[in-house]
Amino acid sequence: MDLTTLTIGEIRDQLTRRQVSAEELVRAHLARIEEKDGEVRTYLHLSPARALEQAQRIDRLVAAGEPLPPLAGVPVAVKDVILTRGVRTTCASRILENYLAPYDATAVQRLEAAGAAVVGKTNCDEFAMGSSTENSGFFPTHNPHDLTRVPGGSSGGSAAAVAANLATVSLGSDTGGSIRQPAALCGIVGMMGTYGRVSRYGLVAFASSLDHIGPFGRSVRDVALVLRTIAGRDPKDSTSADVPVPDYEAALDQDVRGLKIGVPKEFFAGLDPEIGDNVQKGIDLLAKLGCQVEPITLPHTDYAIGCYYIICTAEASSNLARYDGIRYGFRSAEYADLRDMYKKTRDRGFGAEVKRRIMLGTYVLSSGYYDAYYLKAQKVRTLIARDFMEAFDDVDVIITPTSPIPAFKLGERVDDPLQMYLADIYTVTASLAGIPGISVPCGKMRSEPHLPVGMQILAKHFDEARLLQVAHAFEKGGGFEVA
Amino acid sequence: MALTEKDVRYVAELAHLELTEEEVKKFLPQLDSILQYMQKLNELDTAQVEPMAQVTYPAAENPALRSDQPHPTFRQDEALGNAPESDAGCFKVPRVIERE
Repeated sequence: MDLTTLTIGEIRDQLTRRQVSAEELVRAHLARIEEKDGEVRTYLHLSPARALEQAQRIDRLVAAGEPLPPLAGVPVAVKDVILTRGVRTTCASRILENYLAPYDATAVQRLEAAGAAVVGKTNCDEFAMGSSTENSGFFPTHNPHDLTRVPGGSSGGSAAAVAANLATVSLGSDTGGSIRQPAALCGIVGMMGTYGRVSRYGLVAFASSLDHIGPFGRSVRDVALVLRTIAGRDPKDSTSADVPVPDYEAALDQDVRGLKIGVPKEFFAGLDPEIGDNVQKGIDLLAKLGCQVEPITLPHTDYAIGCYYIICTAEASSNLARYDGIRYGFRSAEYADLRDMYKKTRDRGFGAEVKRRIMLGTYVLSSGYYDAYYLKAQKVRTLIARDFMEAFDDVDVIITPTSPIPAFKLGERVDDPLQMYLADIYTVTASLAGIPGISVPCGKMRSEPHLPVGMQILAKHFDEARLLQVAHAFEKGGGFEVA
Repeated sequence: MALTEKDVRYVAELAHLELTEEEVKKFLPQLDSILQYMQKLNELDTAQVEPMAQVTYPAAENPALRSDQPHPTFRQDEALGNAPESDAGCFKVPRVIERE
């Protein structure tokens, strides 16, 4: 039996029936990482001691016949922008190369309390800024379906690790699509809950009004189980929502007949036609399952990229001011005075994309430009959010492609940041509105090398159960392999 | 092109970034094209629209308030553990006040 392809449910079953131990599970994953990760390059650092200690704790529970926690023995990978006490957290940046967090993120603490074993920290774009994981300060990650291509980003390491069976599930972070887009490009499931659904405590801040932690998995059920574990109010994050967390697993098998699906026409222009075809077939499948499909309009979609990149860079320029070479992280060895130390430290510590975004954010917040850019973008954000609220008056979920393009070649787009930004068009609108979204596999491209296609499902605030229900019906109906 | 090298250097100064000449030359056209693209937002009339600074949702009570209870926090050595330079329980910084 290959222990690296099991679902959470199968792991639970194997442990309960004492067919396999949690330690064997963790060791099987560490062995596969040793064998495969040299070419996919998903992990920045591993935490075998921590994972094995947790596995042994689970095995003692099994031996004693004690009840097992919900994620007992599940090997999980964590994006390296999420803090882990005693295991380095670098944000894939040279400026935090040796940073050791003094505490665990709430999401990590909840996963471990539920029995999961953290096997390591995954690669990403530096400070989660990018759509390809090529902006890592250390090395790029490769797409397991074609090693010459990117896995997407910014959570490319977490997506590729799950796709390549180097972890059962993983945590990523999503600010403008950084979970959903790599899930699509790697052919797995990735989900962002409502803003505030999952605590951001211990998530290194990029754009605070847009940042989320969320799960990756190879099945909708696995993603639902992880989300249920990490969701819920946390007193340590004042923006985490005091809204009850339903039993997402119980919602999975509810009937989808009669549910209304909105299909926004703005999301089917300017994309790779093969992706449009696959998503249309996915929608047809849901119609066959009894859903009602309705064309809708989200008229401000065309303004979302401009709006998103003003707001996220403004917030980033403020959040990243803390990297000054004083309290933590890299400090330049040579400098004339304090100000010179700040400037040299930041210029040498940050990579090109992070500097570009700090510059853009500083510009749009600077005297004389604040109203024209930042305030304008906040007003347009209201219009984009309103589009969704009006649409959800009529429909239960909205379905779109996740990305207009499949996984592209490493190096192909690095010199054109604007083109890279424009490809985020289908994911940023939900981020701006604060609504939940999931990307599920939706077949493969017809053309060689048959890259994965992702379909995005969106729902209204705190309607994650509905979204998972539709995603699960789609999976059960064969939607992941639609052709 | 609307943006100039002088603008790029000025913004870098505000952001505490010491850009090299090469970086200034590389960033200028990139930042200029992105800022031009952002001006697309001006097509929309937003005179009557409220700005949205944060995602809001109906909640039972104000979640931003918590009880004012003391609780353990980091020890001094933990707080200083990642500092590039520290001494005598303090972060060490370059001299900022000149002696007479």
